[in-house]
Amino acid sequence: MPPAPDPDSRPNDLHLAFTATPVAIRDSLQRMLTLPPLCGLSEDGRGMAELVLAEVLNNVAEHAYANRPGPVTVSIGQTPQGLRCVIVDQGRAMPGHALPEGRLPGSLGPALEDLPEGGFGWHLIRSLTQGLSYTRVDGCNRLQFLLP
Amino acid sequence: MQLQTQTRPKVISVTVLEDRIDAASAIQFKEKMRDLTKDGPARVVLDLARVQFLDSSGLGAIVAVKKLLGPDRMLELSGLTPTVEKVFRLTRMDSIFTIHPSVEAAVSHAASA
Repeated sequence: MPPAPDPDSRPNDLHLAFTATPVAIRDSLQRMLTLPPLCGLSEDGRGMAELVLAEVLNNVAEHAYANRPGPVTVSIGQTPQGLRCVIVDQGRAMPGHALPEGRLPGSLGPALEDLPEGGFGWHLIRSLTQGLSYTRVDGCNRLQFLLP
Repeated sequence: MQLQTQTRPKVISVTVLEDRIDAASAIQFKEKMRDLTKDGPARVVLDLARVQFLDSSGLGAIVAVKKLLGPDRMLELSGLTPTVEKVFRLTRMDSIFTIHPSVEAAVSHAASA
């Protein structure tokens, strides 16, 4: 059964359903950027939208589905406040049913071995979005946010 | 993942010939960089002028390459496009790399050092 459709969606919204693998995510991002409403953004706006969507979708592939293929849907609609994005998957729930804080890894000391190689994703998502919310409904993860 | 290298007496430059380093290519990027920089000059300049998109996986791979080079060698960056520059700035990783406007500037900087 596909993930439940977004109850607030409107006819002109962009909807895309695909399998959450790194290559399919890349292809889908590139396709989304050519379609409204993303294609109408400035170059900087498109770059930041692609970054946020990539981080969210890579998290779905890596964590919700633990690198096994699974379905994901992306819905993007234009609102007066910006682009409203909803991403739904059927993978594992977020630990504790809550979003990671996305704090940058520790203080950046001079020691090479202390440099973080990960943990940047949620920081980027939180830095570039507003109204980020997560719900677990009927076995689906539903992440919603605004790209201002 | 296509990378092009140019070795000079004191610096090796590696130009990424792809328009993105993302979750689908980060591991391959890291492995190729490790092979290309295994031996050679102490300074490594990674030219990102063609890279239009870098996600957190790509960023993590670049940091990993810096760590692989060890404390006696340097990974420097050049030619950051606006979106890539923003990723470095938002994650404060711009503070741990020397960033040059272009590979030419990086090389002449290395030559005069």
